[in-house]
Amino acid sequence: MASVCFYFQVHQPNRLRHYTVFDNNEHYFDDYKNAQICKKVAGKCYLPANRLLLELINRFDGRFKISYSITGTLLEQLQQFSPEVLSTFDALARTGCVEFLAETYYHSLSFLYSHDEFIEQVNKHSKTIEELFGQTPRVFRNTELIYNNELANLVESMGRFDAIISEGADHILGYRSPNFIYKPQGCERLKLLLKNYSLSDDIAFRFSNRDWAEWPLTAEKFAHWINDVNGNGYVVNLFMDYETLGEHQWEDTGIFNFIRHLPEEVLRHPDNDFKTPSEAIEAYDPVGTIDVHNLISWADTERDLSAWLGNAMQSNALHEIYRIEQKVKSLNNEKLINDWRKLQTSDHFYYMCTKYFADGDVHKYFNPYNSPYDSYINFMNVLCNLNERCAKMKNNPIPSTETSELQVVSAG
Amino acid sequence: MDYFGENSGKGNMKVFMLGWEFPPFISGGLGTACYGLTKAMDQMDIKVTFVLPKMVQSEYATHVKLMDPGSLSPSTSFKIDELKNVTFKAVGSFLQPYSSPASYQQRMEDYLRKKQAAGNPGFMSGPISGIDYTGDMYAEVHRYAEIAAGLALQEDFDIIHAHDWMTFPAAMRAAHITAKPLVVQIHSTEFDRSGENVHQMIYDIEKAGMERADKVIAVSNMTRNLIIDRYGINGDKVEVVYNGVERNSAREIGDVEINNDEKIVLFMGRITMQKGPEYFIQAAKKVLEVMDDVKFVMAGSGDLMYKAVEMAAGLGIGSKVLFTGFLRGEDVQKIYKMADLFVMPSVSEPFGLVPLEALDNDVPVIISKQSGVAEVLTHALKVDFWDINEMANKIIAVLKYPPLKITLQNHGNYEVRKLKWKDSAEKCVRIYEQCLVAV
Repeated sequence: MASVCFYFQVHQPNRLRHYTVFDNNEHYFDDYKNAQICKKVAGKCYLPANRLLLELINRFDGRFKISYSITGTLLEQLQQFSPEVLSTFDALARTGCVEFLAETYYHSLSFLYSHDEFIEQVNKHSKTIEELFGQTPRVFRNTELIYNNELANLVESMGRFDAIISEGADHILGYRSPNFIYKPQGCERLKLLLKNYSLSDDIAFRFSNRDWAEWPLTAEKFAHWINDVNGNGYVVNLFMDYETLGEHQWEDTGIFNFIRHLPEEVLRHPDNDFKTPSEAIEAYDPVGTIDVHNLISWADTERDLSAWLGNAMQSNALHEIYRIEQKVKSLNNEKLINDWRKLQTSDHFYYMCTKYFADGDVHKYFNPYNSPYDSYINFMNVLCNLNERCAKMKNNPIPSTETSELQVVSAG
Repeated sequence: MDYFGENSGKGNMKVFMLGWEFPPFISGGLGTACYGLTKAMDQMDIKVTFVLPKMVQSEYATHVKLMDPGSLSPSTSFKIDELKNVTFKAVGSFLQPYSSPASYQQRMEDYLRKKQAAGNPGFMSGPISGIDYTGDMYAEVHRYAEIAAGLALQEDFDIIHAHDWMTFPAAMRAAHITAKPLVVQIHSTEFDRSGENVHQMIYDIEKAGMERADKVIAVSNMTRNLIIDRYGINGDKVEVVYNGVERNSAREIGDVEINNDEKIVLFMGRITMQKGPEYFIQAAKKVLEVMDDVKFVMAGSGDLMYKAVEMAAGLGIGSKVLFTGFLRGEDVQKIYKMADLFVMPSVSEPFGLVPLEALDNDVPVIISKQSGVAEVLTHALKVDFWDINEMANKIIAVLKYPPLKITLQNHGNYEVRKLKWKDSAEKCVRIYEQCLVAV
């Protein structure tokens, strides 16, 4: 049996506006740019991809299945700027062939700094998914697939998850294959699904690369590679950014056509099928335990944290934002807490990465700043203002007004 | 052709180079660039005859060996110990780099006044006495050209390489009489020095030199674009060769007293329109509205110096802005050691060597986007020279957040190590080769 397990990461950060040390107001985010990007990506990716996948689910009558992890920061922006995207996700949810995963609402690195904050964000996210799509997530994925034993144990202790998703990094697998179900070291019942990065990256990164020996990649060819797993594994975990479809790989690369033909090619082999993560762990038993002491992620070739935590600016900015957790929370002001949490989104720290700065590669494409230094300065200026707000509020407490940021979209 | 090999069949390349100044007698980046380039060529075993004007009263330091003292030649030959392949020819002249016709006139009058007052013929005696010095700058450039071109006839070389406009008449004449290929290098244009108030005479010389040249070397893409747009030079013959940086020889300079409570922000360069000193002072004013424990040091001199002093006083920050005058040698090392940040707010900077020196001395830099060096530095903060607010924002950030300063220092210092004069010299030699093949 070879089960194809698709999981798409769907996320956009709240980008900061240009904020100097001389600015002094509580408006930190670049609404215009965020709206513009949200609408652009909705038009190029979210809407056409959602329609295509819905069409495929309907055509294959329940045999084609996928899963998503959609961040709270994106859900808020979609509701504000592209509500039609939320409606199409809702339509997907109602097919019964789509699983929604859990993560931190703010796509944050909170696990590294504050377990309390981490749990609050995961709960907030699960609650939102439940409200919007009528599902309570059973499978957890951490921001950037950051993972170690400690994370698995913490997630298991939350009591409501069956599995966790991470990167099938060579250095944690050794000779073992990512195409099996594993058990995290120290966990009783939690299972572990690992990304098949080779097959995932064939779609996510290499699909349009004309220098790649396998270019052009057809659905037929890819299905053959899936068939090869039969007999050596149970499940092929294809984990990637949803923006791969239409945004990272533009429509003219043929990415949508590839996806359109993939289900029929995969299902041509009688032993193949599609499964959601929950179905995969239900169907197969773990074959072994994976022991991960040092943190891993799905980023770059290093598969480590250096894209977010590789220089003094990044570590300082992260340290500073979590240092004020108690202060922010004790003021009990929702607007303040939300602003603080939106600053935790991992993208803000990714922009400060100096690792590939001089070479100008993939990091540049997603970066709204001209340099990592500019992003650090901007972030620290905002954080400084947030700190001043805390100090002011402490002296003049304002009663908190409870408003929910997201309302359930009417299912129509 | 291979000019790099030790036993190259064609023998070592010989360059007739026309420059303006050479250490230790320098007033700006041109001399530093000529030195870096010539030294790197010397190490590649390229023979260089370096012709430069020499204010008659200046005395050379002890490491300079006069080759033909007392000869009746209008020029003086000498060698410098460390550069075995380089012969210098100094031509007595009043020309100085960064001159304008007005400042030339001023210098000339000062000289004549001193001469009359002293009644000392020795001051101008020797090989070049009897020559009429009373003409204007234009006449002097052409008188210089005559002598320098005469030197070319006595020398054996493959190619002529001239630096900036004042050498161009000499270079063109030398190229004409020897029929050797000509490369001119533009370190700065009249537009960089004078904004839109260009001296027509200087513009005409620059344009004629670039038109006559077989190849034009620009120190940045910014300058290359300007050469194409404002001088109408065919882009096919304009090449970019970035400057390098002379690595700090890690000379220990003794203890410098550093007051840790007070941050120091450094401006270093000529205090002239081109360098944007007023933007530095206005940014300082903004910074001081937010932070108190900062001093702004302006190291350099220039025609806007008094205006800068007045401006700082007028803004009420006179006690926070310090002027040191032009610094040399050990004083430069000391000021780098004291500085927390270097700012180059140039309005128009074809390249800009000083930020590289600052980074080499572990001082992080803010540079204007209107500088050529912004094309090669990634680990620097960049601002538009006119954006006072952003300049102040960035100055404050560096002073306030140590991780920013450390990251800029570490990456920046590593980055400047990759900018070597050797690479610049090799690129020049490749350009020479193209000219020689074409001949």
